[in-house]
Amino acid sequence: MSKFKTFPSLWRWLEERGPKAPLSAVNIALKRIEQFRDLNAFIDVWKEEAQQLAQQLVSEKRKKPLHGLIVGVKDNIAVAGKPLTAASKILQGYKSPFSATVVERLQEAGAILIGRNNCDEFAMGSGNEYSYYGPARNPYNPDLVPGGSSGGSAVAVATGQVMVALGSDTGGSVRQPAAYCGVIGYKPTYGLLSRYGLIAFASSLDQIGILANNVEDIAAVMSVAAGKDPMDATSTPSKTPNFVEEIIDSRQRKFKIGVITETVEHKDLHPDMAIAMEKWISILSKKGHEIEYVSLPLLDYLVPMYQIIATAEASANLSRYDGVRYGYRAEADTLEEMYIKTRTEGFGMEVKRRIMMGTFVLSSGFYDAYYMRALKARRLLVNYLNNLFKQYDLLMLPTTPAPAFPIGSFAQRPVEMYLVDVFTVIANLAGTPAISLPLAWSKDGLPLGIQFMSKAFDDAKLLSFSASLFN
Amino acid sequence: MVGDWKPVIGLEIHIQLKTRSKNFSPEGYEYGAEPNTLTHPVSLAYPGTLPVVNKKVVEYATLLALALNAEIRKTFHFSRKNYFYPDLPKGYQITQYDTPICENGYLHFKIGKTWKKVRILRVQIEEDTGKSIHDIDPFYTLLDFNRAGVPLLELVTAPDINSPEEAQAFLVAVRQLVRHLGISDGNMEEGSLRCDANISLIPPGEDKPGNRVEVKNLNSFRFLRKALEYEIERQRQIYESGGTVERETRGFDAVKGVTFPMRTKEELHDYRYFPEPDMPPYELSQELLEGLKHKMPPLPFQLWKRYTEELNLSEKEAEFLIEDLDISRFFEEALKSYNSPKSILKWLMGPVRASLNQNSISIEQFPLSPQIIAKLAQIADKEIVHFTVASQKLFRELLKDPSKDPEKLIKELSLDQKADDSSIEDVVRSVLQAFPEKIEQYHKGKTGLLGLFIGESMKKLKGKADPRKVKETVLKLLNKEQ
Repeated sequence: MSKFKTFPSLWRWLEERGPKAPLSAVNIALKRIEQFRDLNAFIDVWKEEAQQLAQQLVSEKRKKPLHGLIVGVKDNIAVAGKPLTAASKILQGYKSPFSATVVERLQEAGAILIGRNNCDEFAMGSGNEYSYYGPARNPYNPDLVPGGSSGGSAVAVATGQVMVALGSDTGGSVRQPAAYCGVIGYKPTYGLLSRYGLIAFASSLDQIGILANNVEDIAAVMSVAAGKDPMDATSTPSKTPNFVEEIIDSRQRKFKIGVITETVEHKDLHPDMAIAMEKWISILSKKGHEIEYVSLPLLDYLVPMYQIIATAEASANLSRYDGVRYGYRAEADTLEEMYIKTRTEGFGMEVKRRIMMGTFVLSSGFYDAYYMRALKARRLLVNYLNNLFKQYDLLMLPTTPAPAFPIGSFAQRPVEMYLVDVFTVIANLAGTPAISLPLAWSKDGLPLGIQFMSKAFDDAKLLSFSASLFN
Repeated sequence: MVGDWKPVIGLEIHIQLKTRSKNFSPEGYEYGAEPNTLTHPVSLAYPGTLPVVNKKVVEYATLLALALNAEIRKTFHFSRKNYFYPDLPKGYQITQYDTPICENGYLHFKIGKTWKKVRILRVQIEEDTGKSIHDIDPFYTLLDFNRAGVPLLELVTAPDINSPEEAQAFLVAVRQLVRHLGISDGNMEEGSLRCDANISLIPPGEDKPGNRVEVKNLNSFRFLRKALEYEIERQRQIYESGGTVERETRGFDAVKGVTFPMRTKEELHDYRYFPEPDMPPYELSQELLEGLKHKMPPLPFQLWKRYTEELNLSEKEAEFLIEDLDISRFFEEALKSYNSPKSILKWLMGPVRASLNQNSISIEQFPLSPQIIAKLAQIADKEIVHFTVASQKLFRELLKDPSKDPEKLIKELSLDQKADDSSIEDVVRSVLQAFPEKIEQYHKGKTGLLGLFIGESMKKLKGKADPRKVKETVLKLLNKEQ
């Protein structure tokens, strides 16, 4: 699959390397991080801590579930004591006093967090071009974007700098960069992974997502991290499936799969993507799955719906970045001047663009026409998909219309970049789980991702199906 | 009424709830603590933090809703109210815009001799802001975030209040209610009870009021009344000189006793309310509702009706009982043991009240239980011991050792041993013999001396005699002397 040397799954790594596995993993990871510095996947590397922790793990008799798993953390997920900046100037100097719940659970399970991954500022972007730290680059061609907003995470996984990376997915920000970089990108059901400690972009759409080179590692992470968190009122449920067991048990199951017609017939669909879809429909059929075409007539409305809801929520979620309590504060003589200068100087253009849009759709006189209407449309989508999932186990569609685009392509037409998300926003709007699998290549040798979705809380089914495709 | 001008007043009251933790974050709150020591990443709006509903807050809000006879929403959600200010950490306040926990209730309050009903339009759950302190540093405003996130209930009345006195009395009734329900300290000086007022005047002969003026920053009952008095006068003068009252927000200067304009046109704030996505809609369970209905203590207006109509107590007695609702609770408890309201009241308004005042304590801290007081009332009514003796000697002894049984104590102190008629005569005779001059004065007209003779006799009898018998005997012997 990948043209880069990457880690096998954790359980295999531990088998192959024995007791010293964590140490050799850290050393290899650090070496690769250095080797691929120019791709700008990492903002910060926690070298000494990682090595110390690896030593400690080596000396421990009992192995914890994620014993020495090397993890990259996107710069919008809190790690206690570490800088947390959302790749933004406005949070320069800020160190989080607490860790995200997911991070805590991973650390308790023996994972080694090796550093902060680059991303789009406040997770707003589809190419990791809008970062205070400069763009991240696609490992298959450094003039192309790695995707966004979790670009750094995807690059780190693709080039074996880490075993697994935590990203965040609001409109596709884990699945799309996974597709562009040839790795697996998984967005859980909304509520399955706690959002406490994830810098909020759009509260009703955000989820922490996982990027990896194999499904087993994703399942291992989920069995440790998933489940109710009292600090997140939107997190559910209290009992989660044993993801690891589920993969082993259900791998041979046959499913009824619906291919979304409007996606394979989409006007922006790259010819190589169309070929890849046809090829895999055929493969899956031969494997014994039942494949049918289904319609999703709402497809054209989804990006506008998503943009309205996401920017509205974001405009409020980003109000706290005002220079008063933490982060960057501009020099000023009056309160108003301080507010204006801090946010003007602290936020990048794309963030400002989205705050303006969100403020507008919530403003009096426009609230009903935009925000209320978008919420109603969302309800329609949810009902429509619920019906589909009564008949189909899985839905299948491309992750993106085309492979990675060149850095700077959308510089003059930023709003057009939003259309790249057309296939990924569905799962965020509906709250359903979705996964991008690196199943094909373009004629130019660029990765192509195919996406599968299941109904809410059917994550174990989705993961076990995904695992079955990689034998 | 001010002349023929009728004031129309509505109040917006903020009640700070005394829950153990803040509304959406786990830390506690205490008035007067060191600045910025009662904070948490959630209430400081640190990146990545989320609000979580405090069930106790919902319970307290529901209790208030029940007490106000309001329509309770079984399913409600929260809203974000967006604006920028340094003491508002998130840049939005979590409140309830379209689904307040209850609407359309009412509350009775007593003004003079009558009860008046004020409609409550809505009660909503929200959170407090931090405090901005402008007058400590010459160049900077200092921020204290201890108060940020503390739970508040905002109570909005209909404009049913028609005078500053009514406004004050109503606010006092609200304070009494929230303290009685145990949900708030209702303390204006400490900010756990706050009030803004909206006031307009109806000109003589008309039926619609002029423009409404909002008056803020009223931090005591007195200031509320004074501000409204000033505002009524100010508005009246404007109208009478042919002008119009502007719709505006005014503050109150307590020192000068005047209201002054605050922000004007800027008031047209677009708060861009939308439903809070971080907390799913809350479902009030039927069990919680039923449970709270059972826990509801009776309210002042209900008690008034019971005392004056059912129990036929006097207005003065009813007022005494409902002034401090703990006293009515005590009273009701005592009634369960001995169903004689007038007798119990005699004790409560007499020796018990005196004892509370003397020791500067509340009935909550009073050492004797309602059952003991009931017992004492019974004892006095049955004349096992006379009321004077019971309310003085017996009462005092019990206060010293509340664990004692009154009946045993009576035996121990031989309080029930009544002197017989002949011992009474002997004692009275000896007393009269000691005061020959006084007896002369008595016969000459100083009838007040009768008290002296009776008192001395009772002393000698160590109180163990029926005072009426003693008086009879004294009179008998005095008349004999003549």
